[in-house]
Amino acid sequence: MNDNRFTTRSELIGILVLAALLVVVLPLCLDVFRLNLVAKYLTYAFVALGLVICWGYGGILSLGQGVFFGLGGYCMAMFLKLEASSVANTKIQSTPGIPDFMDWNQITSLPLFWQPFHSLTFTIAAVILVPGLFALIIGAAMFKRRVGGTYFAIITQAVAAILTILIVGQQGYTGGINGMTDLRTLKGWDIRPDHAKVVLYFFEVGLLFVCIFIAQFIRHSKLGRILVAMRDQEDRVRFSGYSVANFKIFAFCVGAVFAAIGGAMFALQVGFMSPSFVGIVPSIEMVIYTAVGGRLSILGAVYGTMLVNFAKTSLSESFPELWLFGLGGLFIAVVLAFPNGLAGIWQDHVQPRIDRLISSRKPKSESGWTDNSVADGAPAE
Amino acid sequence: MFGEYSIGDLGSIFVMQGFAGLILFSVYVLMALGLAIIFGQMGVINMAHGEFMILGAYVTWMTSNVFQSYLPGLFSGYFFLAMILAFLASGALGMLVEWVLIRHLYKRPLDTLLATWGLSLMLQQAYRSIFGAREVGVDLPQWMLGSLKVSDSIEVPINGVFVMGLTVLITMAVAYIMYKSRWGRQVRAVVQNRIMAGAVGINTAKVDRFTFALGCGIAGVAGSAFTMIGSTGPTSGQLYIVDTFLVVVFGGAASLLGTIASAFSISQTQSTLEFFMSGSMAKVLTLLAVVGILMLRPQGLFALKVRK
Repeated sequence: MNDNRFTTRSELIGILVLAALLVVVLPLCLDVFRLNLVAKYLTYAFVALGLVICWGYGGILSLGQGVFFGLGGYCMAMFLKLEASSVANTKIQSTPGIPDFMDWNQITSLPLFWQPFHSLTFTIAAVILVPGLFALIIGAAMFKRRVGGTYFAIITQAVAAILTILIVGQQGYTGGINGMTDLRTLKGWDIRPDHAKVVLYFFEVGLLFVCIFIAQFIRHSKLGRILVAMRDQEDRVRFSGYSVANFKIFAFCVGAVFAAIGGAMFALQVGFMSPSFVGIVPSIEMVIYTAVGGRLSILGAVYGTMLVNFAKTSLSESFPELWLFGLGGLFIAVVLAFPNGLAGIWQDHVQPRIDRLISSRKPKSESGWTDNSVADGAPAE
Repeated sequence: MFGEYSIGDLGSIFVMQGFAGLILFSVYVLMALGLAIIFGQMGVINMAHGEFMILGAYVTWMTSNVFQSYLPGLFSGYFFLAMILAFLASGALGMLVEWVLIRHLYKRPLDTLLATWGLSLMLQQAYRSIFGAREVGVDLPQWMLGSLKVSDSIEVPINGVFVMGLTVLITMAVAYIMYKSRWGRQVRAVVQNRIMAGAVGINTAKVDRFTFALGCGIAGVAGSAFTMIGSTGPTSGQLYIVDTFLVVVFGGAASLLGTIASAFSISQTQSTLEFFMSGSMAKVLTLLAVVGILMLRPQGLFALKVRK
């Protein structure tokens, strides 16, 4: 099959089905509370999407995606918090005009690094650039020295731990363990009522599809094929004259920026940001979403995220004790039995039947370029 | 900062702080020894290592309860039996886990990370269902309470000294097993070249299973020692797992000596910094320094030179 095309036909159908589900079916079927939950899940889908590029295609397992999710989220939350703590809103404080948690921690003036977050333009730039640059620094330091695989995973995990401790410890500047709460308006537009949540939901779905298309583009371009080649045979790619480190840094940065967009949307949609989305546990959970959905499947990541989160919400509502058993078991099962996740099951068992149904008249089905290499090799070390 | 202390006070503070660092060092070494075997030698990322440790801690707690209610006369010696039981329990669980889970994943190191994380979630929930969500602490026998007076202003707690002595003993035992015994040679042979080791007649599957069990068993002993200086809850293991991995990676994954050296430097840095600033900032600075050094020297402090 010609894989230079932007999308194959079956992928296009898949994207359209997902679009119909997110834009038409879910808003029609769910009440605002449930829709808001879906919106929250979808913020994680951005992270999962980034992990497909970074881990599925690039073979770089990052256990620190929560860091980028958090950085994006905190940038957005800082802007919203500043707007919420106008002088008029905070006149009962000893220093009006600064966020409440600063006032509680005896800080009397806005710290310097908070100042630029008065501007929305700067904030949006920061949501992309701060995590992107941070990923660039970590990636450059690690990949240029050919550190990869398990070492990279452990070091990103340490970074997640460091950032969590830092945020919790510097209560006066970051809001500490409670995070930034009570976010109210975006440029005067109240983000709390139901209709605002619905508008934000559609905006978020739009952004998600932009990211899906970027991911599709990367996957089908030469770049994407170099990433896959690098994952499977790093040395051969290096000997062919490509700078392996730069491609890895790129994949890692894309993953970071996607995660940051998710984080910013989370702050807008859910109305707060806290260190509990930064640390090691949420970072690994985000990897679970990707693993369940299928680490090689862009759309699978979205479905995986929604499914795991839906299971988490409903199970922890009714059987809180079973939830961790379920999650742990799911994880082990996915790794042992279905390394390609839901997308792999779909591709191996469901897709052929559909193809057979459709193509009973046609000679050969069009299944596109499939990539099942994870099952029998490793993402290269 | 130092103005209000006299020279003598300052000396005592550094000694006491250094001693606190030594206790932290012992905990790190005990935890990292098991991980150095599992991760450093076998290359398996065991995220459930903390939970194996907690299993040891719970076994110790149960033993102490049994002794308290049925054998109060022998209570002062319960700890030695508890340690052996902790080793056996964690080792047996380790063997089971290796057989069910790990042996299918030797070729996919990143996937072991995910699978063992799933395992750690299940174990945590199991502990919570069995032992309750509250932290439990053991009663120490009389002879372990109190402290030794070294000089007028310096006092060291006896349980800390005991834990340190234990650490030295276990480290020596592990070093002997790994570097002097026949079995240790087999382990190292399998690690360096699995196919050749199999070709000369070593049962590599069996060596793998027992190596993994040994690492888990040592984690159990670490948990047992851990009960003497802190309380145990279902999620206590998770708190230490990142630190422990950093200790092993920082030391140079395949080197036992490196593990000890890095545990020493990390724990001393942290406890010294804790005197000057808040605990969280001390931790942040220590971890940042470790990550920074690892970026400059990814092979760790003591790199083993092997032909790849």
